Amino acid sequence: MKIVAICGAGIGTSGILKVNAERALARLDLEAEVTASDLASVATAAADAQVILTSPEFVEAIGKTNADVIVVQNYFDVDELTAKLEAALG
Amino acid sequence: MLPLPESAILLGQQAADWRAAVLLAGSALEASGATTGEYGPRMVAMVEEFGAYIVIAPGLALAHARPGPDVLAEGLAVVTLANPVVFGHAHNDPVSVVLGLAVQSVDEHVTGIAELANVFNDESVIPRLAGARSAADVQQLLDPQR
Repeated sequence: MKIVAICGAGIGTSGILKVNAERALARLDLEAEVTASDLASVATAAADAQVILTSPEFVEAIGKTNADVIVVQNYFDVDELTAKLEAALG
Repeated sequence: MLPLPESAILLGQQAADWRAAVLLAGSALEASGATTGEYGPRMVAMVEEFGAYIVIAPGLALAHARPGPDVLAEGLAVVTLANPVVFGHAHNDPVSVVLGLAVQSVDEHVTGIAELANVFNDESVIPRLAGARSAADVQQLLDPQR
């Protein structure tokens, strides 16, 4: 399974999202490859991803995709990430 | 941990709006030698292009831009605001703490970011940072092992 965290620059925010998504997956006892990427590379980065994690600001720009787009409000809230990933993957 | 010297910490600042707040983070990164003066406006441009997504938790903005020639060394800056400012984020406004992040390559920052995530997974850290009275308090909060 592949999960992509998307932000504007592909550094900083998406990196935090990646780290905390990995924590959430460990809690759920799920294995997945989580990568961080920028909006400009979303088409290639997320082509075979099951889940895209991102901020509300990017949902429209991501456009049409086969992946589940999960919108994250608080990047440091592992509870929020765990609940949303569980709903999408469970 | 990403370098956070005392020169990169500005406490109790006045900022008229989010742009001024982000530019303060740019000044702090410049003062610490992590970036040149061009980096602050580039961080502002990220928000102008993509919106308030850098407001990643209640009260906290993580200002940053892509690696570039204006980044001299990786580094972190911390700015606390006397009066919180609105960035236009649906859930996390207003912002009282602005972090500035500068990295020279997309790959090099992963460890530092993981440590930053560790620190902020404790939700009491943002209000404690906002109320910090000295640079040493800020350094202690961000790097408890130091």
